[in-house]
Amino acid sequence: MMSFLVVHRVSHTYFTEKTAIPALDNVSLSIEKGEFVSFLGPSGCGKTTLLSIIASLLRPTEGTVTLEGEKIQSMHPSVGYMLQQDYLFPWKTIEENILLGLTIMGIDTQETRQQALELLNRIGLKGTEQHYPNQLSGGMRQRAALVRTMATNPKILLLDEPFSALDYQTKLKLEELVWQTLKDFGKTALLVTHDIGEAIAMSDRIFLFSAKPGRLVRTFLVPSELRQLSPFHARQHPAFSDLFQFLWKELDSLEPNQ
Amino acid sequence: MNLINNRLQALHAQYVASLRKEKRLVRSYQLLICIAFFTLWETASRNQWIDPLLFSSPSAIATLLVQKVKDGSLFLHTSVTLFETVLGFLFGTLLGTCFAALLWWFPRLSKITDPYLVVLNAMPKVALGPILIVALGPNFSSIIAMGTLISVIITTIVVYTSFREVDPNYLKVLKTFGANRWQCFKEAVLPASFPTIISTLKVNVGLSWVGVMVGEFLVSKQGLGYMIIYGFQVFHFTLVLLSLLIIACLATVMYQAVAWFEKKLMKNR
Repeated sequence: MMSFLVVHRVSHTYFTEKTAIPALDNVSLSIEKGEFVSFLGPSGCGKTTLLSIIASLLRPTEGTVTLEGEKIQSMHPSVGYMLQQDYLFPWKTIEENILLGLTIMGIDTQETRQQALELLNRIGLKGTEQHYPNQLSGGMRQRAALVRTMATNPKILLLDEPFSALDYQTKLKLEELVWQTLKDFGKTALLVTHDIGEAIAMSDRIFLFSAKPGRLVRTFLVPSELRQLSPFHARQHPAFSDLFQFLWKELDSLEPNQ
Repeated sequence: MNLINNRLQALHAQYVASLRKEKRLVRSYQLLICIAFFTLWETASRNQWIDPLLFSSPSAIATLLVQKVKDGSLFLHTSVTLFETVLGFLFGTLLGTCFAALLWWFPRLSKITDPYLVVLNAMPKVALGPILIVALGPNFSSIIAMGTLISVIITTIVVYTSFREVDPNYLKVLKTFGANRWQCFKEAVLPASFPTIISTLKVNVGLSWVGVMVGEFLVSKQGLGYMIIYGFQVFHFTLVLLSLLIIACLATVMYQAVAWFEKKLMKNR
């Protein structure tokens, strides 16, 4: 039985006129359906590159990515991508923004439209449909961006440091909301972060990357008592700080020149 | 609580009043300058401080205005010029934007044409006037072509630059939904560039007036430019100044129209 998402011996190199910069070196991993995993590592470890490859925004120099046994080549409707900032289109209303994916894919039917608007209500943004993004706070905007990503009903969500631009309180609340929403819908999710606490609080498994070039160093299974808890409660659990200390040391040992 | 509210309301009223006062003050100074200018002009002309033959006077211009309105010739000349300018302006902006879109669509084309655009932009377009008149005939089509030509290259360059500078993350969002190039253009590149396009509109208003004036000088059949060149040739400077004043008014109105359009379009940004 093949895993839900398989990354097989993927390497990627960026070329410039002067040099070739290896970003990813021979990365292989697999993710099961319904799992929430995190890519953790210092900056420059190729996390975002790998995410772009899985989203097929970028073609890897070597290796393959398969989703449910199918090779990902051109842009896949089963992959949803969420960026560091919301990137809601300022000239569109919230409603137009969240329906954007449906319009682009040409699946803008009464039913899918209804589902998107229901999701908007559910996530606590009822009544903002006709607002423009600049009328909303940072947290609300990122929530709207989540609705936009989920509206097309992707099988896997790629979250590229989606909470990094928010203040701490908003970030904690949003972690909770995103985690709950994804669990309710049984979505597989892949979070890129450099925040150890966030990785532990949210995920089932953590992939640790080293930098220059990006290599997968180790995989950690988050203890089951933490996995069952929501991010906010997981942060209170005694096992949280143990794992935090452990990962801290691991990351520290990866830092070059020290 | 009520007391605090009342106090706040009073303060707010004070603030609004001070804003209004400032606005009135600015307006009255503006009006004062306008009145002073025309009064000074009139007095200087009457007392022969300036040569009335060269600089005319507001009263002479007003008399001529009434006369020209009555015989209908002013309306004819003004409408011809306005028609040519608006068309030149629209063509210049639309064509420029289309060219910019073409360059964005075919990046290689933009690389190839880059030096030619630089040359065309640097060249004074009005120098093409004689060629245009020979090619298109001494009529309004060559004047419109002049008004178009003068703004099209700079529009192309400015709008294309703004197309290229659209935040790539908006395109990334669209591409994650599998958007094709046309969808990327329609949903992100074009709307994100509207502010730039509008600001080129403002520049183009001025440019197309220049183009049309030069065209009318050369063709010399009708229009406000013709009135200026005719007035110059028969040494009738009241006519020249009348045309100038009308042009100033019309150019201002066109500029305000663009500003109004901008405000309407940009209200959500």
